[in-house]
Amino acid sequence: MKYKSQQVAYWFFALCMLLFALQIVYGFIMGFARIGMDGLHDWIPFNTARAVHTNLLVVWLLTGFMGAAYYIIPEEAQRELVSVKLAYVQLISLAVVGVAAITGYHFNIWEGRKFLEIPRELDYLVVVNVLLFLGIILATLFKGKWQTTTALVMTMGLVFAALLYLPGMIWFDSQVTDSFFRWWVVHLWVEGVWELIMGGILAFLLIKLTGVDREVIEKWLYVIVGLTFLSGILGTGHHYYYIGVNKIWLVVGGVFSALEPLAFLAMALFAVYMYRKGEKNHPNKIALFWTIGAAIVSFIGAGLLGFAHTLPQTNLYTHGTLVTAMHGHYAFWGAYVMIVLAIISYAMPNITGRKRHDKTNGHLAFWLSNIGMLGMVVALGVAGVVQVYLERRLSMDFMIAQEEVKIHFVVMLLCATMFATGIGIYIYEFIKYGRPTNEALSKKEETVLVS
Amino acid sequence: MLSKSQARTFFLGGTVVTFLIFIGLTIYSMAPSNDQSNHQNITEQVIKGKHIWETNNCMGCHAIMGEGGYYAPELTKVIDRRGAPLVKAILQSPIPWAPNGRKMVAYEMSDEDAEAMIEYLKWIGEIDLNGFDRIVSPLAKDKLKD
Repeated sequence: MKYKSQQVAYWFFALCMLLFALQIVYGFIMGFARIGMDGLHDWIPFNTARAVHTNLLVVWLLTGFMGAAYYIIPEEAQRELVSVKLAYVQLISLAVVGVAAITGYHFNIWEGRKFLEIPRELDYLVVVNVLLFLGIILATLFKGKWQTTTALVMTMGLVFAALLYLPGMIWFDSQVTDSFFRWWVVHLWVEGVWELIMGGILAFLLIKLTGVDREVIEKWLYVIVGLTFLSGILGTGHHYYYIGVNKIWLVVGGVFSALEPLAFLAMALFAVYMYRKGEKNHPNKIALFWTIGAAIVSFIGAGLLGFAHTLPQTNLYTHGTLVTAMHGHYAFWGAYVMIVLAIISYAMPNITGRKRHDKTNGHLAFWLSNIGMLGMVVALGVAGVVQVYLERRLSMDFMIAQEEVKIHFVVMLLCATMFATGIGIYIYEFIKYGRPTNEALSKKEETVLVS
Repeated sequence: MLSKSQARTFFLGGTVVTFLIFIGLTIYSMAPSNDQSNHQNITEQVIKGKHIWETNNCMGCHAIMGEGGYYAPELTKVIDRRGAPLVKAILQSPIPWAPNGRKMVAYEMSDEDAEAMIEYLKWIGEIDLNGFDRIVSPLAKDKLKD
């Protein structure tokens, strides 16, 4: 770590760990409710558990992106953050808004729009918070010695993410128009601008971990994010097939969303190729595992599993079923969770000065969480296909079909236990690293590359 | 071999072009002549129903037009499938409605609120969903007529 202000990232990562753990707890509440064990229904009904589960995911991933930006931008711009105090104010206000929103969900205070449940009053505070964050990042970047492509792409992703939050704040009388613009936020975040952030973090990690020339990595970064927007913007159309808008989206959405896996394929090939091209070995192997893993799993989860039900002819039957939940879990895991865990794994030894990256626990956390998540996705996939067949092909009643798929949720819960164990070990390792230390500051390039 | 500046041009050019097309298609979709939702039928009651739908996060369990929680039944054609009186009774029930043991929150809605919800669900049920309405609610009456 070259700059003291990079230590701010630690506290963002710590908040990530706390919120991620809570997200898993609410996931279990939902899983048990699906097999009939809903003893918490009076206090935490399913819609509360679901809103908390998905919103915690969004909040902790954004917290992770912010932490990553506070770590990466000073190093790329080669200067301290313009204000560490404001960064802490931003962190605390983010945590307060997040806790207020999630507490409100337990008292029926929400907006009830999938993924955007946060009440309108708190939306304004989110906007202020994000503006403060962007102010710190942009001022640091443009006052710095360099504006690297990696930093610019990542910052562009963060700025666009903030702008795209706005269409979700407009009230529409029509459910159709409401859904239409809700996807401007949700889709263009996760299948658009978040991929810029992911690409920026990925490029930074590959530069640091493989030793491949920055110019080569950043050139391909442009190609990847170019492919992302080229397919992803018009790919929004796959959410418009069956929500009451014009049929033109069946064609536009079908063609462009079928191209979306290309960006993820390019990202996976890019990461693996750069890893093989790198002639030096970085000692932080576990960060490399998470980095390459993110590129590969995002291709499978977001690319292939998305493609599996993105064509209108297939989506006609799978739209609004557990098939979507299957794709959603693996896509978020591969594309965003793994990349945040990768940057945390990379940054922790540098921030704390403690080289715990070669511990067995790190590898145990990686494999248990990955195998557990794969098992959950397979269970959800089987449940989804059975649901489609029984409900949409055999015209079976929704609740009768749900009874039939119950067993797959038992399997999912078993796999989720393995997943939670892996994440538990990851969090334990995070805690064992301890707090940031000034001894960790180094004037040299922090990456100690070993031939 | 592709240079970095060519790669940048590909990114920026591709983004601008596709975004402009996207905006154009959005305007086209929102044009009144392309309306498939019977927008003129959105009454004060329908708007109130939408508000109730959102403030109770019904989408957290149910789905509508295929969007929601997948924990409770799809409601796109629920009025057609179950009839307004049953839906109203469920919304006004003082004890949790629990088909097959899966519980719904007991909302105990007033007559006025329950009526607004019915109107909202009726409006939803009449939207042209490009064929999805026939797939999502195979038990809907209009399907049985075919």
